[in-house]
Amino acid sequence: MRNPLSERIVEIAPSGIRKFFDIVSEMKDAISLGVGEPDFDTPWHIRDEGIYSLERGRTFYTSNSGLKELREEIARYLHRRYAMEYDPYSEILVTVGGSEAIDITMRAMLDPGDEVLIPQPSFVSYEPCAVLAGGVPVRINLKEENEFRLTAQELEAAITPKTKLLVLPFPNNPTGAVMERKDLEAVAEVVKRHDLFVLSDEIYGDLTYLNQHVSIASLPKMKERTVLINGFSKAYAMTGWRLGYACAPKIILEQMLKIHQFAIMCAPTTSQYAAVEAVKNGDEDIAMMREEYNGRRRFLMHRFREMGLSCFEPYGAFYVFPSIREFGMTSDEFANRLLREEKVAVVPGTAFGACGEGYLRISYAYSLETLKGALERVEHFITGLRGGQ
Amino acid sequence: MSREDAEMEMREKILTFIEKNSRVELKELAVILGVEEAIVANELAAMEEEHIICGYHTLIDWEKTGVEKVNALIEVRVTPQRGRGFDAVAERIYNYPEVNAVYLISGGYDLLVTLEGKTLREVAQFVSDKLSTLEAVLSTKTNFILKKYKDHGTVIKESKKDERMLVTL
Repeated sequence: MRNPLSERIVEIAPSGIRKFFDIVSEMKDAISLGVGEPDFDTPWHIRDEGIYSLERGRTFYTSNSGLKELREEIARYLHRRYAMEYDPYSEILVTVGGSEAIDITMRAMLDPGDEVLIPQPSFVSYEPCAVLAGGVPVRINLKEENEFRLTAQELEAAITPKTKLLVLPFPNNPTGAVMERKDLEAVAEVVKRHDLFVLSDEIYGDLTYLNQHVSIASLPKMKERTVLINGFSKAYAMTGWRLGYACAPKIILEQMLKIHQFAIMCAPTTSQYAAVEAVKNGDEDIAMMREEYNGRRRFLMHRFREMGLSCFEPYGAFYVFPSIREFGMTSDEFANRLLREEKVAVVPGTAFGACGEGYLRISYAYSLETLKGALERVEHFITGLRGGQ
Repeated sequence: MSREDAEMEMREKILTFIEKNSRVELKELAVILGVEEAIVANELAAMEEEHIICGYHTLIDWEKTGVEKVNALIEVRVTPQRGRGFDAVAERIYNYPEVNAVYLISGGYDLLVTLEGKTLREVAQFVSDKLSTLEAVLSTKTNFILKKYKDHGTVIKESKKDERMLVTL
């Protein structure tokens, strides 16, 4: 029999973290701080609209680019939140989560050999998506001393004549880092000078705790070079609804729409009706959840200080990224031992790129009670480690 | 933001938090809100003094305890009193310890009284002996509560399990 598989796919390494996940899921009594999704239920008024749409029998395809009403609401949201102008009829595409938007952006923009700059630590799908699209991923290792922001110098140093696209994953999973206006302005200058494009993944854009998030697309002359990706999962606690969107200049969006149309047809209809309600009337829900996350974030930072665990203060998403370098173990070893000895699951920083070595991702999408209990175990663990040295 | 506005905002944050969790430690609340412990302590003391904070209670699902309790909502029509409106009769009613709450209501009746007793009979007796016989009371209508689904913004049932996958990236 011939090899049934595509070499390109086989060559993509499966996530190295798989084994760790399997151990975690076997442990029934473990406290997990390992999830990348909100602990809140989708607000009831949003779920209610989803149910209502089903009752009304709205069970058909929508237009390929998504319900017109939803795209109009998204355009209004972008205007009221970021003072940006996007045409709902030619510049916004509703996708199956932010993930699909990442995939089709790469496929619409890359030719074989085009280099994609991927700052790490970051979400796991940029690299495989770039490879699947025929591109060549080029990593930029972000540094804690810069609070895991991307600097203009780091960007400049990674650019070659083949560089085409920069992935800008802020607010960041797993570090919680944000890019403020001045940081973005510096990056935008380099992007324009080298005639690059930006895939700006702003899925955590509503979850920042210092200043309001700024989109790079809102900077002068950047809208035309940016694909802005956002979605409903994190801000509205709608992960399971699988709904996101991409905003891009018409010339790019048209090609993305082509892929979306042939591969996906349209995003789930029920989710789209629920999402209309979310963008229209969900601002208060976001504010409530943000306040809650912020309290937990402060609590965690406070506990780390008490334990003497080194951690830069993150101002976005719902993750903290403490350093465990002092213990002389790899992230993987640390996470495995913490799981076995204290039954607390955290994600090793290396799951998000090799430069995550020496760090852990701790999610605070958990109740304060859970966080409190887990942190006591973490404290017990590191006290033991320090005593044993 | 003026000082008064900032104080109001801090008060609202404190109240919003302790309304759902009055057992939080002072130190922890200060950490969560990102302010000095002394600020939280002062505001709490001031709000107790001003009777903005009227008590710290516990929400109990008595049904699970086996202790017999009967709750009723009683709609009461009354004659307001010259010069004192509804306040005098409301006071007459709320002074009974078995009365949980008294609200002045707009609509088809005047006062909504919530009552707690051990048995249906006890509640019925209170209404007929004590409440109806007040001079100002014109009529009463007693509604017994059969089941509590949600109280004080909290759904009364087993706490929900976390059904998320244990680790996602």
